[in-house]
Amino acid sequence: MPEKQYGPVTVAVDGEGFLTDFSQWTREVAAAVAKEEGIAELTPTHWKVIEFMQKEFKENGQVPSIRKLNKSGVISTKELYDLFPGGPAKKAAKIAGMKKPEGCV
Amino acid sequence: MEDKIKKVSIVVSRGGLDGVYPGLIMANGARMDGIEANLFFTFFGLDAITKKRMGKIKIATVGNPGMHMPSLLGILPGFSAFATSMMLKTMDKIDIPPVPEFIEMVYDAGCKLYACKATVDMFKLKKEDFAPQVDSIINVGKFYEISAGGQIIFT
Repeated sequence: MPEKQYGPVTVAVDGEGFLTDFSQWTREVAAAVAKEEGIAELTPTHWKVIEFMQKEFKENGQVPSIRKLNKSGVISTKELYDLFPGGPAKKAAKIAGMKKPEGCV
Repeated sequence: MEDKIKKVSIVVSRGGLDGVYPGLIMANGARMDGIEANLFFTFFGLDAITKKRMGKIKIATVGNPGMHMPSLLGILPGFSAFATSMMLKTMDKIDIPPVPEFIEMVYDAGCKLYACKATVDMFKLKKEDFAPQVDSIINVGKFYEISAGGQIIFT
């Protein structure tokens, strides 16, 4: 299993850089992964998305879909694409320390 | 990963649920991966963006071997509506939205939507007959122009 060093923290990741052990995630790791994904700074709105996704993930083991994020009133689809350009669901999941989303939508 | 697809233009030419969903899912999936996406609706595919019809798209229960049942059953009144509602319920559970919401979702995701001019003329439709997410009515030449530099997928 490959590992990655983010500052003082070492995390286990899969071949694409998604954390394989959610318990290793920290806010500092999130900020570092975000930088790698081209997001210079995580704003309060980014955090709102990340925290909702993590809550869902802890509750039912699934990475919530873009539709779910939109329907739950957390963030509109348009804003989500603006916040995480070039692949919102995957980027947000990666930053939030979760596995790669498997669904088609 | 050097040859990553950067742009797709998807033609939706068929009506019915099984006609419109594949194109919508592929366009949305493209946007989810940061791929530029265009949707071009033609012939009965136009139902997916026509205000009056987009919420009433059904699955064909007659002459559809994929339904795995005799066509004779499929002609029963209300059968197509029943099969459609069952299918939509199942899809909703896996977060595939009904057509009107799906059109809104792909549009919000940054996909551009177009209606085919030849079909629009044939069915005597106007721009006002389409969902507000539809960018414009274009001819084939314009479609190729818009699709330049990308892949074209016909469904």
